[in-house]
Amino acid sequence: MSLTADQIRQVAHLARLELKPEMTDAYARQLSNIMAMVGQLSNADTANVSPMAHPLDMHQRLRLDAVTAPNLREAFQAIAPATENGLYLVPKVIE
Amino acid sequence: MSTHGEWEAVIGLEVHCQLLTKSKIFSGAATAYGAEPNTQADAVTLGFPGVLPVLNGDALRMAIKFGLAIDATITQRSVFNRKHYFYPDLPKGYQITQYELPIVAGGKLDIELPDGSTKTIGITRAHMEEDAGKSLHENFVGVTGIDLNRAGTPLIEIVSEPEIRSAAEAVAYLKKLHQLVVYLGVSDGNMQEGSFRCDANVSVRRRGTEKFGTRTETKNVNSFRYVEKAIEYEIERQIGVIEAGGVIVQETRLFNPDTGETRSMRSKENANDYRYFPDPDLLPVVVTTDDIEKIRATMPELPEAKRNRFMQQYGLPKYDASVLTAEAALADYYETVVSTSAGDPKICANWVIGDLLGLLNKQSLEIGASPVSAAALAGLVARIADKTISGKIAKEVFEAMFAGEGSADDIIKAKGLVQITDESAIAAAIDEIIAKNPGQLAEYRGGKDKLFGFFVGQAMKATQGKANPEALNRLLKEKLAG
Repeated sequence: MSLTADQIRQVAHLARLELKPEMTDAYARQLSNIMAMVGQLSNADTANVSPMAHPLDMHQRLRLDAVTAPNLREAFQAIAPATENGLYLVPKVIE
Repeated sequence: MSTHGEWEAVIGLEVHCQLLTKSKIFSGAATAYGAEPNTQADAVTLGFPGVLPVLNGDALRMAIKFGLAIDATITQRSVFNRKHYFYPDLPKGYQITQYELPIVAGGKLDIELPDGSTKTIGITRAHMEEDAGKSLHENFVGVTGIDLNRAGTPLIEIVSEPEIRSAAEAVAYLKKLHQLVVYLGVSDGNMQEGSFRCDANVSVRRRGTEKFGTRTETKNVNSFRYVEKAIEYEIERQIGVIEAGGVIVQETRLFNPDTGETRSMRSKENANDYRYFPDPDLLPVVVTTDDIEKIRATMPELPEAKRNRFMQQYGLPKYDASVLTAEAALADYYETVVSTSAGDPKICANWVIGDLLGLLNKQSLEIGASPVSAAALAGLVARIADKTISGKIAKEVFEAMFAGEGSADDIIKAKGLVQITDESAIAAAIDEIIAKNPGQLAEYRGGKDKLFGFFVGQAMKATQGKANPEALNRLLKEKLAG
């Protein structure tokens, strides 16, 4: 599998990674190699194998529905870049 | 209901329904509505490094309960996935949801249409997921405020098949679904507080064609009335675009309640790419057949079954039974009135539907906040049944009870409203009236039957409405006949 420069830019955008233009080709090559290695799995016969959702052969433990978390807003907001009236402030989001 | 000529609408609904748990789906933070901002946002909610989600058992059981109520298949091994997108009210950068293996698959809901017919709407799936936080744009310049109290609240997203064909059907489906989740006790269904939210996928096609048209998704329409308006607007808009030679663009639209219109949200530069994959922090959720049967045993009587029982057991007309079973709390109230008063079930129904609901609606009160308890109303009905008061006087007593003046017996005593059943007293009053109105008497005896009403009115006035109506009518007839 060979990734194009466009696909590399798209993946970088989705991951919010800044990509220097001159690095695009190098990343395309390296990621294509990684994909090729993982792609070998496609050759395995999985007709009788059920899909695995987790490497551990265990299932989810359940919590009791109880409020156990104390209100630690002050501590959390002490390390936030900006807060006001109990809200976390972020750069304006326009939808 | 408008029709659209040669066009047919194809509608599928996605409903996000908050589950009625005390704590969040993956952490022990509280879910109560209306708390001070971010006081219910713990480290898991905030997406701090090193924290792990642990599934809330009650949230899972509620989702299964819903699945059983719609005759769905409960997935005995379901999986949580991460759905990735960037938005400040989603601190982790992904939402934990279910994708290929939702907990509930393939159910159905029978809806009743305005013309009385029934239609079955398929439910593709219902999956569990976490809610996002809230972004507050007002009151700030250049910044947005984020409240993460709602983030992590358990939701089920209920996805219908595209089998809905009109705005009216969409509303019927939503109302039925809403009634069901509230009945089951899995949601409070509070639409103002966002506990029950709807996205509508709408497309149109020429009647008789198989192929679906291009659909649009109208987001977050939060009342039954707005759903109807938004869908109706969207159908008309799409027909207009196509008939003018245009094409429908697949996009997300927002409904504006002030104008009744939908408008395109800023279209994204790129199509969504959520990059779903199984969440490595959560193991597969295994539900045994035994677990499912235990939950099935806790299922309450559902609205339709209850309505049918009310018609059978109490001999009520379908309309009365439907109104009384619309909410479980109201049905319970009615059954308490009937069993406590030992009164006629239909008379009890009339009191609950007519007088009680009338006053409650006028004051915008829920049945749970009724100033007259079921036992108190039963006390009133019992006084009618034993003929202490007439049905007419009872209305006066009921209004006094509603205003908090005490029990039926207190009010009857305080106001001296005990019905006059002593026939000699009623006869004396009638004699007096007849003596005072010789002219009317002559006319009546001359064949003017309508004057009977006049004499009833006079006699009731003379007894301050307290005369037993049955005795009054009988005695009056005898005496007027002469």
